[in-house]
Amino acid sequence: MTRTLKDLAPGDSARIKFVSGNGSIRRRIVEMGLVPGVELTMERYAPLGDPVEIKSQGFHLSLRKVEADTIFLESIDGGE
Amino acid sequence: MNRKNMVIALAGNPNSGKTTIFNALTGARQHVGNYPGVTVERREGRLKYKDHEMTIIDLPGTYGLSAYSPDEVVARQVIVEEKLDLLVNIVDASNLERNLYLTMQLKELEVPLILVLNMADVAERNQVKINYELLAQLLGVPVIRAVGSKNEGIYDILEAVVNYSSHQPGSRERQVRYRPEIENELMRLQGELPIVKTAAQEAAAQTDSLASTSLPSRWQLIKLLENDRELIRQTSANTDGQNIVSKATESRARLAKVLGEEPEIALVEDRYAYIRGICREACQRSALDKATLTEKFDNILLNRILGIPIFLGFMWLLFQLTFTLGSPPMEWIDAGVASLGDWLNAHMAEGMVRSLLVDGIVGGVGGVIVFMPNILLLFLGIAFLEGTGYMARAAFVMDQVMHKAGLHGKSFVPMLIGFGCSVPAIMATRTLENPRDRLVTMLVTPLMSCGARLPVYSLLIAAFFPTQMGGNVLFSIYMLGILMAIIMAKVFRTWLLPGDTEPFVMELPTYQLPTIKSILIHMWERTWLYLKKAGTIILAVSIIMWALFSFPAQDSQGEEWETPTVALENSYAGQLGRFIEPVFNPLGFDWKTSVALVAGMGAKEVVVSTLGTLYSIEDTDALAEEEAEATTGFAERAREQSGYSPLIAYVLMVFTLLYVPCMASIAVMKRETNTWKWPLFTIGYTIVLAWAVSFLVYRGGLLLGLGV
Repeated sequence: MTRTLKDLAPGDSARIKFVSGNGSIRRRIVEMGLVPGVELTMERYAPLGDPVEIKSQGFHLSLRKVEADTIFLESIDGGE
Repeated sequence: MNRKNMVIALAGNPNSGKTTIFNALTGARQHVGNYPGVTVERREGRLKYKDHEMTIIDLPGTYGLSAYSPDEVVARQVIVEEKLDLLVNIVDASNLERNLYLTMQLKELEVPLILVLNMADVAERNQVKINYELLAQLLGVPVIRAVGSKNEGIYDILEAVVNYSSHQPGSRERQVRYRPEIENELMRLQGELPIVKTAAQEAAAQTDSLASTSLPSRWQLIKLLENDRELIRQTSANTDGQNIVSKATESRARLAKVLGEEPEIALVEDRYAYIRGICREACQRSALDKATLTEKFDNILLNRILGIPIFLGFMWLLFQLTFTLGSPPMEWIDAGVASLGDWLNAHMAEGMVRSLLVDGIVGGVGGVIVFMPNILLLFLGIAFLEGTGYMARAAFVMDQVMHKAGLHGKSFVPMLIGFGCSVPAIMATRTLENPRDRLVTMLVTPLMSCGARLPVYSLLIAAFFPTQMGGNVLFSIYMLGILMAIIMAKVFRTWLLPGDTEPFVMELPTYQLPTIKSILIHMWERTWLYLKKAGTIILAVSIIMWALFSFPAQDSQGEEWETPTVALENSYAGQLGRFIEPVFNPLGFDWKTSVALVAGMGAKEVVVSTLGTLYSIEDTDALAEEEAEATTGFAERAREQSGYSPLIAYVLMVFTLLYVPCMASIAVMKRETNTWKWPLFTIGYTIVLAWAVSFLVYRGGLLLGLGV
């Protein structure tokens, strides 16, 4: 089963497998440091459920769930 | 470096504390303007250190050097075109990996570079240990530790600047090495390059484009591989350039095939891989991962249940404080302006000049300056919210709502700034990258009640509502503005500009206590914008209004008017007011209000000063028997003379809130969209909206029996 950032529960961590999507949106996400191999933690959902806040490499980033759904994850110990 | 006059630019990520360092370096000796053709702010300051005169440019904060946003394009142009002596890259030490991404791109530009690790205290608190010497060695640039908010390291930066030597070891070598496939393509393109250089020189003779300066070829080629629109456009200016662009396109195709990935993504990944290598050597992050102060704050401020109430609470507090705290100094200024008018009346001979001075200039501009305390406090509050980092949280909390209205969480920021002044708010829309999101935000931003509208409300509230109700009445007006903005945004997004919204990828910066200096500079800049408006546009409009009210001074027989009231009714303004009165009648307004509203199209504050001019002209009539009347406050006169009910006063506030943004914001909008279409559209739709909503409020109020 493939997991995306959207499926990650607050408090859980995972590693980025790849970022799908296209064009400038994808590049924006990647340029912010969300490259394959990087670990991230889901910090919280916004009060109204969307967007979400993640923590990665010491900084906090917010993304909408639509964008979070383009970030595919694997567990830190190597599995899906 | 032993140049007497130096030009230095500060580059860095948003939230890296770049502006704090800039303020610490230059203090009040700074100037804010605009880059030609775009609306990105150009912040420049001067300073003298030892024997050097330095000009410091604060570049817009960027995460990279691609060509997505005007900010990035401008930052690039300054670095490449302005013959900088030195580039100072400010990075957030507590967030080194992401910040070094820009650094690695700056390195590719091969300009003299100094790295400043700002917010070092935050990094140390977060248990991040950085080996500065090793980092300097690995990057081939001098590295300085700084804490901008505490003025630490400012002296070291200046020392590093004046001692900078172009023979810095490794300054050129230490660049990102990409994966072999990419390096091979770069080598292949390099072979084509002498032609490009000639082309660039050719272009230099003719134009002043980016291509004219001797760009480092490697950087240029990397950008071509990244399919950088801006650089492709500039390079394709001639046939040789077109040749290299088409070669680069071939390279891109080959790379995409070999890598199974878009080359620009591979380039980003390789940069981060390189950075990770550096950080692994030079930084030590303690395994202990306890929550930082920012995280603890966010656990409360972004809490699922408390987040929205806290946000609304902050907004409410901001406006209550502005209103409550602002009123005593307001009264002092009011008294001062009134006594200046009295003094002029007492010491000048009666006539046109005195009338112009007292009724036109002092009455008009004075009526605006009276409300300066409120506006200063409002800007102070907004500067504080921005400086602490809460503004990004507000966007985070509000995005869902904004998104539903077809806007972006970031739209909230310009809209919030819109509470201060529409002019910087419209400028702030440039943080939105999607042109449609940006345009819709720009169209609805004027519905947020700006500081210039506050005088109108303050006057009417003071005149028509009991003091304890004042705050609530004001709050309801602001809320109405927000509601209308959301509704109109949805309307525009659905029918006028359908399409996808921009992605929401936004950093939530570390909370910090902004320095008082930064807040004051920020507050002053924005207040200055308002003041300049008061000084120029409003003065001009006040004088025009005075003339419209004072002329014709005689009737058709050449006789003076019998009473000032008759004179007023027959003045150009009176004629105009009566002419358009039927349009305003259904809203309960009389002709005087009609005139004031027409005058307010120039600037909203003028609604107040026009009403003021109207009343002080009538006052000259009653002045003889009512000496004390002339010195009573502005608000009291309005209540006594207009005979309005609170309902009509409220409708007038609603109309003022919604109709035509001021001329200054129309002008800014024209510049931002580069066409008259959207500013004219805004004028049109806001008038219709204002009339319709005012009509509903008035008729609804009458039905509810509020018209007493």
